[in-house]
Amino acid sequence: MMDQTDNRTSSRRPWAEFGIEALIQVVGFSSIGLVVLIFLFLIREGVPVFFEVPLGNLFGTRWYPTFDLFGTLPLLLGSVLVTAIAMVIALPLGMATAIFVREVAPGWAREVLKPMIEVLAGIPSVVLGFFGMTLIAPVVRETLGVPTGLTAFTGALILAYMALPTIISVAEDALDAVPKSYRDAGLAMGATQWQTIWRVVVPAARSGIVMAMMLGMGRAIGETMAVMLVTGNAARLPLSLDSLFRPVRTMTATVAAEMGEVAQGSTHYHALFGIGIILFLLTFLINLAAASTIFKKRRRGGLR
Amino acid sequence: MNRHLIQRVGFALLGLMALVVVLPILLVVGTIVARGIGAVDWEFLTAMPRDGMKAGGIFPAIVGTLILTLGTALAAIPVGVGGAIYLSEYARDTWLTRAIRLAIINLAGIPSVVYGLFGLGLFVLFLQFGTSILAGSLTLAIMTLPVIISAAEEALRAVPVEFRTVSASLGGTRWQGIRYIVLPQALPGIITGVILGLLRAAGETAPVLFTVAAFFLPRLPQSPFDQTMTLPYHLYVTSTQVPGMPLEIQYGTALVLLALVLSMSVLATVIRSHYRRRRQW
Repeated sequence: MMDQTDNRTSSRRPWAEFGIEALIQVVGFSSIGLVVLIFLFLIREGVPVFFEVPLGNLFGTRWYPTFDLFGTLPLLLGSVLVTAIAMVIALPLGMATAIFVREVAPGWAREVLKPMIEVLAGIPSVVLGFFGMTLIAPVVRETLGVPTGLTAFTGALILAYMALPTIISVAEDALDAVPKSYRDAGLAMGATQWQTIWRVVVPAARSGIVMAMMLGMGRAIGETMAVMLVTGNAARLPLSLDSLFRPVRTMTATVAAEMGEVAQGSTHYHALFGIGIILFLLTFLINLAAASTIFKKRRRGGLR
Repeated sequence: MNRHLIQRVGFALLGLMALVVVLPILLVVGTIVARGIGAVDWEFLTAMPRDGMKAGGIFPAIVGTLILTLGTALAAIPVGVGGAIYLSEYARDTWLTRAIRLAIINLAGIPSVVYGLFGLGLFVLFLQFGTSILAGSLTLAIMTLPVIISAAEEALRAVPVEFRTVSASLGGTRWQGIRYIVLPQALPGIITGVILGLLRAAGETAPVLFTVAAFFLPRLPQSPFDQTMTLPYHLYVTSTQVPGMPLEIQYGTALVLLALVLSMSVLATVIRSHYRRRRQW
């Protein structure tokens, strides 16, 4: 720092400093570069499938790569089904927990609940999948009397718990951002705390709660190992109601299970990258929607 | 009186749902500890696997996971912290900055198996690193990047703006202010974020499936271009692809992985709360 004392103007910087700042700038842009790079490589390896396989086959209902049948529809619907059920389970639980932790729980309960949820966030997905496979699947099989416990429902149950930490922490941040004066105003009007929560605080935190939902959904649809271990991996179209208690196969599980066995450059290989493109675009759209809620809030100069 | 009753019932219901969220966590951790602890002894932790992995230890998988995590740290920390410094100290609120933030949110949302595909396409095949520790570490590093950037940026932003103005008023350049004032103050927060990111990397399976993981390799890796076993992958293959695998070994592997990951998480929490208490602003 001493060498700076002789400089009359602080705008004169040593060359080393100029170099460091330039480097930081480059690194700052790296995230954009990486997103583009990831997309380019998925395109590079995945797009050939659109030339090798007729579209009717590609969006058909049968995925049997050994017979050159690459119908992605059962996989797509498998992912959608498992994710949708997971969200039906996770949303009420996540919202309730976030509200409980932020608005209702006494201090000691908060001190217990928050670390527990962090533990859940830290449990590797393969460990949860292993737990689901060895302990939850048998319970599902016996209580429902189905031939196998590895079903869409079992997968959704595990996925719900994997999405919960995301949903809870984002929703909690959203509730946290609602100014105290809102709550005071509600209570001063004679509303109970319960009424204030539901008619004032939750509506005010709406955009953050939508974002929590979106990010949780993105997390669920992209989850791989747990889903692969507990959903049974049968590539069947889940159309009827009871398919919830039958095995399904998701897009992520298909890629993870089959990529190890395919020859590089084969049609099957390109098809798996094609599924990667679908997954990338799907999560991209979900996250874009989630992000737009933040940017909108920022532009309006809203609550935060 | 009625609405107060509603409130009481409502709060009880919320508490009940929070319990439904939390109890299974205890159940999972408790079960894995109870069923796995019997398998974990000195041999299990330090010996090579024997008899088609049905006996012996998981030493190479433990070492593999540690090496991969270290490799991930080496690649992800400079880029992640640099990116955070840029966003917090240099970037103005332009469309470009907004694009960077959008990119980070998207990186965080890309499914782990897609990172695996990308790592296979870029590092393993295009750059010809082969199935190797190098390819796996770089893949995991990119996956970890958004976590580190967000946490580090938050830590940097938490340093009051006065610290920077005082540094500047004493004749320091912007970089000197960052290097000697802001960065040291934000360090505990940055370290916490880095650990939380690495913890995710250590527990991931899907990105290493096609970039590093070896099914069975009873020796330690010799160079960054070697394959290696890893704990999560080991748990995956032993629970699905090895018929007649003793359940106790699987639970033991799950326990070791869980212990590794959760101890990192505890470490992060301790660092965070320790420095938050000592903070003077």
